[in-house]
Amino acid sequence: MRRAAPEINAGSMADIAFLLLIFFLVTTTMDVDSGITRRLPPPVEQPDVDIKVKERNVLNILVNKNNRLLVNGEPGDIKTLKEVVKDFMTPHFPDDPNFPEVEEKNVPLLGNIYASKGVISLKNDRGTSYDMYIKVQNELARAFNEIKDELAQSKFGTKTDKLSDEKREAINEAVPVRVSEAEPENIGDR
Amino acid sequence: MRETSLRVKVKLPLATEIQKLEKKSLVSYIYIGPPTNVAIYGTESRIQLNDQYARVADVPEFVASEREARNEADRNLLTTSLKVHKDTKMGIVTDVKQELRKAGAFKINYSTLKGVNK
Repeated sequence: MRRAAPEINAGSMADIAFLLLIFFLVTTTMDVDSGITRRLPPPVEQPDVDIKVKERNVLNILVNKNNRLLVNGEPGDIKTLKEVVKDFMTPHFPDDPNFPEVEEKNVPLLGNIYASKGVISLKNDRGTSYDMYIKVQNELARAFNEIKDELAQSKFGTKTDKLSDEKREAINEAVPVRVSEAEPENIGDR
Repeated sequence: MRETSLRVKVKLPLATEIQKLEKKSLVSYIYIGPPTNVAIYGTESRIQLNDQYARVADVPEFVASEREARNEADRNLLTTSLKVHKDTKMGIVTDVKQELRKAGAFKINYSTLKGVNK
């Protein structure tokens, strides 16, 4: 008498599959680290020697311990900061004494272009909140990114993030991100 | 899995202009924020290096040991990711940044989440 081949009990297969799925879901890290990348300047050897920059080339941004902004001596607002910075850093030609000097630069792929010699000077208090500091940094980054995007749009017809590496390099060279952070001083309360 | 257990609360600020950190093996982390155990350590922001609380003066040693742990070719590419609680005062962050400058760890990343501030 022939017996039927015994069947494997597969009823719990789905349970096992789910268990594995959940196990891997839990153990895999998903957090992508992202943030605002900055380069710190090397330490200064002689703190007394200040590098002289013409006044019209500098946009001073101060953040006090109450998270209020002072932009070139006048109270500023985080909402308008991007526009102010963008306006300031956009090369103005012909020379306009209200804006930073422009210099003619030869950049590969772009040819001769005008670049602003402007510098953003950022200074914060010990009591400034980190949140506010990041907001300011973010607005600065946004202003520079928009200038880059506009240049890329006019020269290559696309935004910066869609360009090839070489072209992006050229744009980055044409629009240097010059944000200088002042040497910290102990002012105000902790 | 997370390599270190956090002893400080780190609620990251929001930003829009962010870049992804590539090469996680070349990133070292510094955490700054209020201690998780408020009853024992209070609410003043503290620095956490590796698995324990540290002082600002411990940062150079930390940078040196992180650098030592990477192979020679990669040492200059090391990025320091600052994971700072958003309500922390800048004083302690500035101190850490000054130490990083002195130690030669120039590449830093202010860790943020993607989002728009209201």
